[in-house]
Amino acid sequence: MSPAFLFLLAIGLGLAGWLAGRAKARAFTRGSEPRRVVARPGYHAWFVAIWVALPLALFAVVWSILSPILVEQWVLASPAAQDLPAFGFQRQSMLAEARAVANGHATAVFNPDAQALVEPFRQADRFYSLVGFGFALAMAAILGLWAYSRLKPAFIARVKVERAVMGLLLLASLVAILTTFGILASLVFETIRFFGMVSPIDFLFGLSWNPDPMANPEAPQGDRYGAIPLFWGTIFIGAIIAMIVAIPLGMMSAIYLTQYASSRWRKIIKPALEILAGVPTVVYGYFAALTVAPMIRDAAQAVGITNASSESALAAGLVMGVMIIPFVSSMADDSIAAVPASMRDGSLAMGATQSETIKRVLIPAALPGIVGGVMLAVSRAIGETMIVVMAASTAANLSANPLEAMTTVTVQIVALLTGEGSFDHPATLSAFALGFVLFMVTLLLNFIALRVVKRFREAYE
Amino acid sequence: MTVLHEMDEKAEAKMRARDVSVYYGDKKAIDDVSIDIPTKFVTAFIGPSGCGKSTFLRTLNRMNDTIASARVEGDIELDGENIYSSGMDVVQLRARVGMVFQKPNPFPKSIYDNIAYGPKIHGLANSKGDLDEIVEKSLQRAGLWNEVKDRLGESGTALSGGQQQRLCIARAIAVDPEVILMDEPASALDPIATAKIEELIDELAGRYAIVIVTHSMQQAARVSQRTAFFHLGKMVEYGPTDEIFTNPLEERTKDYITGRYG
Repeated sequence: MSPAFLFLLAIGLGLAGWLAGRAKARAFTRGSEPRRVVARPGYHAWFVAIWVALPLALFAVVWSILSPILVEQWVLASPAAQDLPAFGFQRQSMLAEARAVANGHATAVFNPDAQALVEPFRQADRFYSLVGFGFALAMAAILGLWAYSRLKPAFIARVKVERAVMGLLLLASLVAILTTFGILASLVFETIRFFGMVSPIDFLFGLSWNPDPMANPEAPQGDRYGAIPLFWGTIFIGAIIAMIVAIPLGMMSAIYLTQYASSRWRKIIKPALEILAGVPTVVYGYFAALTVAPMIRDAAQAVGITNASSESALAAGLVMGVMIIPFVSSMADDSIAAVPASMRDGSLAMGATQSETIKRVLIPAALPGIVGGVMLAVSRAIGETMIVVMAASTAANLSANPLEAMTTVTVQIVALLTGEGSFDHPATLSAFALGFVLFMVTLLLNFIALRVVKRFREAYE
Repeated sequence: MTVLHEMDEKAEAKMRARDVSVYYGDKKAIDDVSIDIPTKFVTAFIGPSGCGKSTFLRTLNRMNDTIASARVEGDIELDGENIYSSGMDVVQLRARVGMVFQKPNPFPKSIYDNIAYGPKIHGLANSKGDLDEIVEKSLQRAGLWNEVKDRLGESGTALSGGQQQRLCIARAIAVDPEVILMDEPASALDPIATAKIEELIDELAGRYAIVIVTHSMQQAARVSQRTAFFHLGKMVEYGPTDEIFTNPLEERTKDYITGRYG
């Protein structure tokens, strides 16, 4: 009994319920005076359909989790399973093999001992398929008949259906929120394990980042896990260099677009700018590594800086800045455009020039929105990985020289998790601690940005 | 053609419009309007919605420039100088011809900064003391000083609607204009706030040339000395207010004033 089949069943029975409900509602609608029936037949139909299909769909989800467990229980209780090794890897692999053959995913077992388990698996599958199918049918029938019996001219089907739709919408929004909590929980768990091996003080305030995935995990060296160079690299590249590029350019383009551009230009430039936001960051990474970084190195050497490396924080920061121009400009654009035209007129009517109006009235009035946009852009920039991987190297240098190679939190996370260290090694676990810090920082930034944007909304209401 | 009443006052014309037409794209919004606006009087523009009175008002300080499709033909002079000539700086013009809008539009700045805005950009104050003085004087003239003198640092948008509008009038006065244009300044206000604004207009009338667009004929009758009736983009009749209201020469004016349409 695959979940897909149960879903199809839900749709089919739902449709049947829908048709039946509509037929009944139409019959009593036709028989009574107009407006005597509270809801239109469509709502009665949906009421039945929802009561049939929704619980069935939920059952399909639950059953898809529950039935493999039940099947395994059945198999383990069968006489053939008594010969299985008690615990461990071998036992698991034999069960998996037998299951694969029984399901038809594999043609024959590799381990002959598993062969005996195939037949119990088949039996269990057949049995629980029938149980699931029977239960689904019975549930749909009972709920469907109950819902059908409630349809009367006076029944407030529309209200019920709207309530159900509202619940569905709520569920959809909860998915995103629950996912966030799930991510946080998984990070927290591993982070705590890491901090059990390396002290948080060493991690948060240490100045040297040099984890060794091959070192003895029993004696982690705290002085190798100082994350300050990473935090600094992240801030320097994402929040300083990138913002020096993105804020002025984004602001200026927003001002040009809202205040000076003719509507024809605006129609061309705005989508073009937004294309910039859609370019995959890997492509930016190429651009940074192959074009911008060598250019910066050559320029630096031309002015006499001989030790300029071909991987530099400057290259990554510049390209990242260009990448987030659309974030800044579209937020600034929106918030400047949201300043009521009467403000602009009021200022112009005072004899202010257009630039005075922009500087003294429009930008101050739009400032909270602009700040919100910049903060979202910062949180985007410090979470960015590909450009830095390709253009700024993985060497954790603590330096204020933008021509030097630097690395960021995200790059180290990738390096540590794709490296050859074992999963419970502190070097690998440190990636989770880094991720946790990054998550908290971006969460905080987003929170502040939302608060600021919210204040902006209140300004003119 | 406009019917002109005989004007007995020997008022000198502050602004003079001759054969002014305004187009929005291909649509003619104002058709051939000629009018003299006297100094130290209140001139009211009345007429039904869409008759072009606000459009015409906005040509007097070139606020129509902000609308890309608007085009103005004809001459408008301020003290004999054509305001649409290439030698006229629109910034200077708007400092001399101030404007108050239909909906109060204080900047989201403090009360003090709302008033100080104009004097600052035009360099009218040499010191903080000068600026303080301008702010106080403007607020006093707008009859708002006593209500706000203890909270000049609060946001202008926190005031009530009527106070906001008086703030906007004070803001316009602060740059010491010669003409003040008011586009239905009381239409968004309650009767008490409206009465205050009208009182204020009365007080300001001796000092500036004031042009007010209004929907309310009672208001025109109460505050103005001259009234121009606009209809379908044309100025139908222009004369002393009491004559327009008691003895209109045009049938359309009479119909509008007696409430037969509009």
